Amino acid sequence: MSPDLTLVLQLLIGGVAIGGVYALIALGFVLIYKATDVLNLAQGEMLLLGAYVSYGLIAQIGLPVPVAFLITLAFSIVLGITIERVALRPLIGEPAISVIMVTIGLAILLRSIVIGIWGTEYRVYPDVLPKESAQIGPLSVSLEFLWSFGIAMALVALFALAFRYTRVGIAMRAVADDQQAALSMGINVRFVFATSWVIAAIVSSIGGILLASIQGTGILLATLGLKALPVAIVGGLDSIIGAAVGGVIVGVLETLSAGYLDVPLGGGVRDVAPFVFLVLILLVKPYGLFGKERIERV
Amino acid sequence: MLARGMSAQFSAADLHLRFGGVVALAGVSIDVERGEIFAIIGPNGAGKTSLLNAVSGLYRPQRGRITLEGRDITGLAPYRVAKLGVARSFQNIELFAGMSVLDNLMLGRHVHMRGGVLDGAVYWGRARAEEVRNREVVEDIIDFLEIEHIRKHVVGTLPYGLQKRVELGRALAVEPRLLLLDEPMAGMNLEEKEDMARFVLDINEERGVTVVLIEHDMGVVMDISSHVAVLDFGKKIAQGTPDEVRADPNVIKAYLGEESEAIRAAERAIAAEPVA
Ligand SMILES: Nc1ncnc2c1ncn2[C@@H]1O[C@H](COP(=O)(O)OP(=O)(O)OP(=O)(O)O)[C@@H](O)[C@H]1O
Ligand SMILES: [Mg+2]
Repeated sequence: MSPDLTLVLQLLIGGVAIGGVYALIALGFVLIYKATDVLNLAQGEMLLLGAYVSYGLIAQIGLPVPVAFLITLAFSIVLGITIERVALRPLIGEPAISVIMVTIGLAILLRSIVIGIWGTEYRVYPDVLPKESAQIGPLSVSLEFLWSFGIAMALVALFALAFRYTRVGIAMRAVADDQQAALSMGINVRFVFATSWVIAAIVSSIGGILLASIQGTGILLATLGLKALPVAIVGGLDSIIGAAVGGVIVGVLETLSAGYLDVPLGGGVRDVAPFVFLVLILLVKPYGLFGKERIERV
Repeated sequence: MLARGMSAQFSAADLHLRFGGVVALAGVSIDVERGEIFAIIGPNGAGKTSLLNAVSGLYRPQRGRITLEGRDITGLAPYRVAKLGVARSFQNIELFAGMSVLDNLMLGRHVHMRGGVLDGAVYWGRARAEEVRNREVVEDIIDFLEIEHIRKHVVGTLPYGLQKRVELGRALAVEPRLLLLDEPMAGMNLEEKEDMARFVLDINEERGVTVVLIEHDMGVVMDISSHVAVLDFGKKIAQGTPDEVRADPNVIKAYLGEESEAIRAAERAIAAEPVA
């Protein structure tokens, strides 16, 4: 194989792996948007908190990894419920812009908490995933990438299935479609809202752990979390499949542009590329690749 | 004769509901007997929909009491009211527009499905039996409402009359003891109206469901209801059998008043029009 092709494949694999994690994070974003109509701009900070809490439990307190993960999971559940109850529930029925402002406030608050406790310096995340590489032909593939991708995609698939087939999942779809009707069918809409936030907090935390273990623990993780926004919009804000495909596309775009464009263009292209792509997609498909067109009836 | 209300299945007593300065309900009481078709009529803005919304928990009355089979349900969350067997349709159709007819009806079965996320996995057998029963109920309704041909269609794409019918079907899937229908025939042509009236009668007679019905079409109301309450400006101005209500001077005044008000408004509008 030519060295060029090897490089492309190498970059592709890295992109797909990272993209899988983006997809997982975007899933949380999509669930909240679908069920509650809230654009959650604190998703990145939820991820940050999850990553740091698990970091603290493993590296600072010295808990065994599985125990630390379970506690982080429990923490995420409490976080999701608290955010929904304290910050969002009082805002039901308020204009979308107020709700968005509240999620921005929430983002700042969560970020301050992390900085207050852990400071801003970069920390190496403990080894929770295997660091070796597998040699496949001329390609060396990091097992960490494979694991991250596998875990992320398994979770996306799990949630997609649950959304389709479980009672709670179907209730979530109903609430997303028509709240009044859902209420009149005996669906507890508040419970559905809380569930969406809990799931979002869980997937953010797991996404945060995966990203931290690949890239290290730092405040910049929150920015990575914000990638969920273009990912979700590219896929179509209300589509879980869209989140999965969008995640992979954005991940690949990022690594390819980092590999080929950053040097000639002077760096930073990897962070811009997803947004350029986003604008292009929206020009052609205003509701994203898999989004449902909203039919507004007057 | 036993006074109405002594044996009522469902009552609302002295309901008051205000939105800022707008008074939607000003001390309305109704008593609905088990197994009857109870009609609520009245001019636009009389408070009919508000009354249903208060009953189903979407609006919380500032004063008054709502009881279902002896149980106080005032201020109960909407989903709890639904769980007690109160189903409804909406004046402006509230369907799950992005889902199929079948899925909409299956969602009507929500209150009959037990358990949480793990249920499907852990109690597979039970979940299966439940699923089979839910499907049976839904298929039966599809049959009854003659919507077999559209069962897989996405609801949002259906014509208005059929959407109204699907919405009725979804309410039926709840297997309600009390069915609240907000203008189920509005905007329909004569044939569709007749179909709908027949369905409502059948639901009442064959399935024994108590029906509270808001309707503007007096002909329909007179034909199918056993008792009528008339609202105007948030107050109940008359009630009784259709014949009694039709002859009631207050009712005639309310309806004529509305008409003459409309005529006056039209005259004012014409008078205000600049002469070209
Ligand atoms: N959510 C609300 N917010 C503010 N005002 C409301 C609300 N719901 C109803 N109203 C007001 O309460 C009054 C009664 O309205 P309601 O919808 O109950 O009338 P209605 O009898 O159903 O009329 P229609 O025949 O036009 O459906 C109206 O003045 C209406 O504007
Ligand atoms: Mg109305």
